[in-house]
Amino acid sequence: MWACAVRSKIAAGALCLAFGGAGAPALADTPAPQRVVSLNLCTDQLAMLLAAPGQLRSVSHLAADPRSSAMADAARAYPANHGRAEEIYLMRPDLVLAGTYTARATVAMLERLGLRVETFEPVTSLDEVPAQIRRIGALLGRKAEAEAMVATFHDDLAALRPEGPTRPRVALYDASGYTTGDRGLAGQILNAAGLANIAVEAGLSGGGYLPLELLVMLNPEAVITSHPYPGASRAEEVMRHPAVAAVGTDAARGTFSDRHWVCGTPHVLQAVAEMVALRRGLTGAEGG
Amino acid sequence: MRLFAGLALLVLLLFLAALVIGPAAIGPGDSLRALVLDDGGPVTLVMREIRLPRALLAVMIGAGLGLAGAAMQGYLRNPLADPGLIGVSGSAALGAVIALQTGLAAAALLALPLSALAGAMIGVTLILALAGPRGGSLTLILAGIAISALAGALTSLVLNLSPNPFAANEIVFWMMGSLADRSMTHVWLALPLILAGGLALALQGRALDALTLGEDAAEAMGVNLTRLRLMLVFGTAAVVGASTAVAGAIGFIGLVVPHLLRGFVGARPGRLLWASALGGAAMLLAADIAVRLVLPDRDLKLGVLTALVGAPLFLHLIYRTRRGA
Repeated sequence: MWACAVRSKIAAGALCLAFGGAGAPALADTPAPQRVVSLNLCTDQLAMLLAAPGQLRSVSHLAADPRSSAMADAARAYPANHGRAEEIYLMRPDLVLAGTYTARATVAMLERLGLRVETFEPVTSLDEVPAQIRRIGALLGRKAEAEAMVATFHDDLAALRPEGPTRPRVALYDASGYTTGDRGLAGQILNAAGLANIAVEAGLSGGGYLPLELLVMLNPEAVITSHPYPGASRAEEVMRHPAVAAVGTDAARGTFSDRHWVCGTPHVLQAVAEMVALRRGLTGAEGG
Repeated sequence: MRLFAGLALLVLLLFLAALVIGPAAIGPGDSLRALVLDDGGPVTLVMREIRLPRALLAVMIGAGLGLAGAAMQGYLRNPLADPGLIGVSGSAALGAVIALQTGLAAAALLALPLSALAGAMIGVTLILALAGPRGGSLTLILAGIAISALAGALTSLVLNLSPNPFAANEIVFWMMGSLADRSMTHVWLALPLILAGGLALALQGRALDALTLGEDAAEAMGVNLTRLRLMLVFGTAAVVGASTAVAGAIGFIGLVVPHLLRGFVGARPGRLLWASALGGAAMLLAADIAVRLVLPDRDLKLGVLTALVGAPLFLHLIYRTRRGA
């Protein structure tokens, strides 16, 4: 009850419980938190981008993994946490940032212990990115920095708008034959880059299993596969199947990685830029 | 000869059925035409790169497992000896998983099937050592349980230690087997060892026939028992190893098929060998067609179907063995 005890110096005990238990929204006049801990890969990155020096105390261990994080190098400067309640509590945070689906038992425990936990829904479209940036900015007391980042995000996204009306048909093909539909961030990235997602033709707007045969029959112009993890798996082998390699043109091979495709941060624009380049290759190859 | 023709026709029909059934709705005529004549489009790609390797693997692996089961049963003179049940497939899966996770499989061309062969070789040698030359049912099954359990645990351990987040979920593939999304690469990977091992087993027909009269009688008839044993160990390990390396451990084919066909060949182990090879191919083709019809959108494992057919038969055989004792 350490955090609660400290806070009770400025607030009544009853308020302290209500405050910790309900995860109350940030009050405009509360001082900015000085010991922020993030448990979620996406909040990790936004917090690293926006926090004042010394304000962010720990990020999740995933943030330092170059396969899943766009800011792996930056994350190594912070102590890593593994989302365990005990280790988080001992860091004595005054604000915990978590995803709605990450370490739920930990989050519930931390809330019971009276810590202030803010949870974030996964971002499912590019339009939601500014709101996410602003929310973290407000929580950290860094509103001006957040506004500047949002402005840059809008400018960069506008600069990436695809030229021409052609929408080449492509497939996102992941381990175990999973494809991503147009709902969700990955689908929105394709959309923003001016590419048509064949998952929609296959009736898989929400994503799902696309048998290899159907992928071949839909005959997309490019198949975008994910970067394989180290160590072998049969699930990823399907992406290197000769039939996948034979679909589309050799000029247009794309890969996607969790690094730029999963989180609604400004780094998502890197994925859009790669897809715009892929589209340019496809439309150029058509002479269009 | 009529049995041979009947089984061959059954394999041919099932092979054609396996080629025309799949998630992509292509007419049977169109699909077979596109298989033979390259239309330069997606249908040929589906037929040649996806359905053909799958059907070929079903034939090769089914035939190999049927043959291995018949040979083991002939040698041990015990109808319960199936490579899957006595832990040979499990040991092969362990060998394959080690080759994949250490990067050996990516580094050398035949490292994957050879490593699975080494695993299977250890399994089959242990079984023969534990069960003894006569292969008493109880010892055989108990030894098989122990080897299967150990190999399964080690396979799980290796997959759980893998840095790959998908690997640990594939334990069920290695234990149950599947032919989904295999390619011609896998055909070429498995073919040499299945052919070599199958040949080694198929040539033991006369020796196995002689063995039915007892070991002394067989030796008096000129059968070299040491050589027979070596060929059996190598043949079974090669066939089961190569099969498991590309398709996971598929059980019960070596148990069910010889059992069904034994009556047709006058209980002669030599004739049962080739009959079981054809029967095994037919059974695995049928199982692989069934998994595509029952749950087309999911990768239902082959071992589920073969166990549903095989396990009741196995129980029946145990019951009969007990009554006979």
